Amino acid sequence: MAQPFVKKDDDLDEEEEYSPFYGIEKGAVLQEARVFHDPQLDARRCSQVITKLLYLLNQGETFTKVEATEVFFAVTKLFQSKDTVLRRMVYLMIKELSPSADEVIIVTSSLMKDMNSKTDMYRANAIRVLCRITDSTLLTQIERYLKQAIVDKNPVVASAALVSGVHLLQTNSEIVKRWSNEVQEAVQSRAALVQFHALALLHQIRQNDRLAVSKLVTSLTKGSVRSPLAQCLLIRYTSQVIRESSMNTQAGERPFFDYLESCLRHKSEMVVFEAARAITELSGVTSRELTPAITVLQLFLSSSKPVLRFAAIRTLNKVASTHPLAVTNCNIDMESLISDQNRSIATLAITTLLKTGNESSVDRLMKQITNFMSDIADEFKIVVVEAIRSLCLKFPLKYRSMMNFLSNILREEGGFDYKKAIVDSIVILIRDIPDAKEIGLFHLCEFIEDCEFTYLSTQILHFLGNEGPKTSDPSKYIRYIYNRVILENATVRASAVSTLAKFGAMVDSLKPRIFVLLRRCLFDSDDEVRDRATLYLNTLESDASVGGTDEDVKDFLFGPLDVPLVNLETSLRNYEASDIPFDINSVPKEVKSQPLAEKKAPGKKAIGLGAPPSGPTSVVDAYEKLLSSIPEFSSFGKLFKSCSPMELTEPETEYAVNVVKHIFDGHVVFQYNCTNTIPEQLLEKVTVFVDASEAEEFSEVLTKPLQSLPYDSPGQTFVAFEKPEGVPAIGKFSNLLKFVVKEVDPATGEADEEGVEDEYQLEDLEIVAADYMLKVGVSNFKNAWENLDPDNERIDEYGLGVKESLAETVSAVIDILGMQPCEGTEVVPNNSRSHTCLLSGIFIGNVKVLVRVSFGIDGSKQVAMKLAVRSEDPDVSEKIHEIVAEG
Amino acid sequence: MGQAFRKLFDSIFGNKEMRVVMLGLDAAGKTTILYKLHIGEVLSTVPTIGFNVEKVQYKNVMFTVWDVGGQEKLRPLWRHYFNNTDGLIYVVDSLDRERIGKAKAEFQAIINDPFMLNSVILVFANKQDMRGAMTPMEVCEGLGLYDLRNRVWHIQGTCALRGDGLYEGLDWLASTLKELQPSGRATSVGTSSSFYHPAKNALMQAESSQIFV
Repeated sequence: MAQPFVKKDDDLDEEEEYSPFYGIEKGAVLQEARVFHDPQLDARRCSQVITKLLYLLNQGETFTKVEATEVFFAVTKLFQSKDTVLRRMVYLMIKELSPSADEVIIVTSSLMKDMNSKTDMYRANAIRVLCRITDSTLLTQIERYLKQAIVDKNPVVASAALVSGVHLLQTNSEIVKRWSNEVQEAVQSRAALVQFHALALLHQIRQNDRLAVSKLVTSLTKGSVRSPLAQCLLIRYTSQVIRESSMNTQAGERPFFDYLESCLRHKSEMVVFEAARAITELSGVTSRELTPAITVLQLFLSSSKPVLRFAAIRTLNKVASTHPLAVTNCNIDMESLISDQNRSIATLAITTLLKTGNESSVDRLMKQITNFMSDIADEFKIVVVEAIRSLCLKFPLKYRSMMNFLSNILREEGGFDYKKAIVDSIVILIRDIPDAKEIGLFHLCEFIEDCEFTYLSTQILHFLGNEGPKTSDPSKYIRYIYNRVILENATVRASAVSTLAKFGAMVDSLKPRIFVLLRRCLFDSDDEVRDRATLYLNTLESDASVGGTDEDVKDFLFGPLDVPLVNLETSLRNYEASDIPFDINSVPKEVKSQPLAEKKAPGKKAIGLGAPPSGPTSVVDAYEKLLSSIPEFSSFGKLFKSCSPMELTEPETEYAVNVVKHIFDGHVVFQYNCTNTIPEQLLEKVTVFVDASEAEEFSEVLTKPLQSLPYDSPGQTFVAFEKPEGVPAIGKFSNLLKFVVKEVDPATGEADEEGVEDEYQLEDLEIVAADYMLKVGVSNFKNAWENLDPDNERIDEYGLGVKESLAETVSAVIDILGMQPCEGTEVVPNNSRSHTCLLSGIFIGNVKVLVRVSFGIDGSKQVAMKLAVRSEDPDVSEKIHEIVAEG
Repeated sequence: MGQAFRKLFDSIFGNKEMRVVMLGLDAAGKTTILYKLHIGEVLSTVPTIGFNVEKVQYKNVMFTVWDVGGQEKLRPLWRHYFNNTDGLIYVVDSLDRERIGKAKAEFQAIINDPFMLNSVILVFANKQDMRGAMTPMEVCEGLGLYDLRNRVWHIQGTCALRGDGLYEGLDWLASTLKELQPSGRATSVGTSSSFYHPAKNALMQAESSQIFV
């Protein structure tokens, strides 16, 4: 009896494993493709072979040029068959093979014939393929047919033409834009798909015309859109219009909100969700507006469809970051989702709960999470860790249970990113919650005892060196640190040596014992470790010759490296070994435009173990090189700062001129970059006449004219001014471009002998206080702030009057001061009523300046500002206040 | 007895298939010829960017005719339609004296292609109705047909608009193929099969080389 049963099972297994594509192999399929040449075509067999070829292509198999050509022409022979199924496969094959332009031309006439065929299926597919292979000349030939197809009564044909339009818009926008009328007609189609595609195309045609998009939305929200997909698109376009209009109009009734709300009652879930999400993403959304959206999302949470649950919880998760209170109603539903089969849903549920939970529920949640952590993947764990970090910052009193949780998961298995997230979190908690310091440091020490990641070990050792000596009993950390010197690789050993030295510098009682340990390191096998040990021993021994005072030693050990690493690297590269030692002061300090990515990640605000922000320096270098190549400017000394170029002409005028202000200690140089945009002209003896009557402290010292400015090749002319040394003098300058113009014969490119003098009015330019400020970031603002003398601090309060928004005010103040925002504080969270921004910079005369500026906004949009400035020079602190008072 | 066999042959080979590729310089009239044969009407045509393929039934023979565009950029692609081809129809614009040299060069390139070595050649000297057109003899001369060795060929003066000469040409194609194929001589070269008997070939040539004007 048992025998047949077993056999049956075997059969079943085989059936399950069988795939129609099993064992398909390129060489064999190419051989099979010869059936395309048969005089008697077997349509069914040909279709099968094409299926196999398509399968191969989709699996990433590539054909050589010869193979592809052979297959392509073989496939074209199938056009002789009238079999509709086979023809469809032929279309697919041509699209997928995308043969080279000189070959694909061979199917053009066949496709054009099919495009006008009586079979709808031929028409639709032929349109898609033809648009894929077409070029602009051919497109003008077939445009007529495409326009007809858009309004074709068969929805398949119309959709094909519309989708092709969407693709073609990228390459031939002018032609597609002419189809507006037909597309508009298609938007009114009864067929859902046609309406969807038509709306998408219509929007893309008009996307650059804000008014037209607004009109489109206004007319369509009145209710002629039936297709759910089109409705979803319309909701997206509507929220785009809302976003853009809210910038212009003052508060009041939000346009189109009624439409969004009505979509919440739509019968299609997709539309309901889209509307709910759109509402939650409105900028400055009120809780009254949020409530209906949250209600429908809550219903989705208990849906039987995983995709709905996921969509809803994901949206709620986002809402919870800004409006935690609005989401608390859903807490019960979300708690049941923690046990959801889908781990993505569960993770989102957990992290949302962490955001919305109150202090009392923290312990219960932590327990649930502990059970849950073991069965999710690393990337989910990172999300949870980050959520816990922010929760802990919110409820500092609960640090004990969360620290425990973090240290527990730190001990478990995990990849580098996960461990790094945990370590970062612990470090941040230590920084922000003083009570958590000792316990946190202890956990970190435990961790490095058995840490496989060199990067993390060195980072922790560095952190330990800064924080450990300040604890009540620094000596207990020494054991962990010295163990590293014995047990780890060279990189970690080197950082352990540095950490030991820091303890030695800060804690006098430990000094003798540290010396013993450091001396042992002198016998290390690694150069770097020995070098460091020698260096520290010499600096720390009080009467040593290397270090100066005790202060200097500490500054050397703890002081931040105040030059961006990238700049340092370039300078070191350029340094040629000679008798003159490398001077770190020669490294430029300017941080050029930070990469956007860094600004966009406020979650990882560099408070952790992040390196100080650094950016490309090529522009500064280029300016410095340019100026130093001009002998007249060599006496001005070292370039302090070059501002970014400022346009002095309207775009698309005859001559394009922009100016770069170069600031020196006692001089200012204006570099005018000129471009001649008229092909028939040659400009000679180009200078800029600068009227400095509104800039009393400046006096012109020299002008460096540009001898010749041919068409379309930019050139520079310079004007230099003298100003009082080290004083941030400001003023306004009016500019007049003067030159001799000569006619050029466009045919020969030769200029006339005779020229005419002419001039051209440019816009004014100003030297403002911000021009004397270098954007230089600090890695740890708090430390840097505390290191500056509180006596030099100047605090004042300002009423700024009615402002549009807090974010705008913050960026305006940053611009006025021209300083570098630190720790991501230039980003103002939506709807916040107060904000503190940390700025740092170097003022002319190499004076370090830190600014802590707090803003508050009240209901009537009155903004108040409290400005605290610390700098190395009290006069400069005063100066900053003057700047703000004037701005 | 011989009659009976012939009938038997016809019933077996009667409804024959024949694959023909129709080539020639642009504006020679290929597409017009194709549709005149296919639906019996003169269609207004545009320059073919690519190819047209139609089936033409004539006297028990089903011709599958590939009409590939003659524009300069399409000519390099002709060769992809050579394999498994039984016959070549080469269309010449008899009025275009200037380009007869060009027509010859392309023609010679086609017939010397390895895939075309065995195919029979039918030349249509088109546009005979026009004044000043070259006679078929002149076209023969122009293409260098007389110098051909070991090839089965035929030239036919035609006027596609009126349909003159088209069916005569097909007649020749059909009968020639009927003669050649049963006798075991391959007329096409495919990717898989290629028979070539030089001796037999020469014999056939002697029998069938004839010129109709």
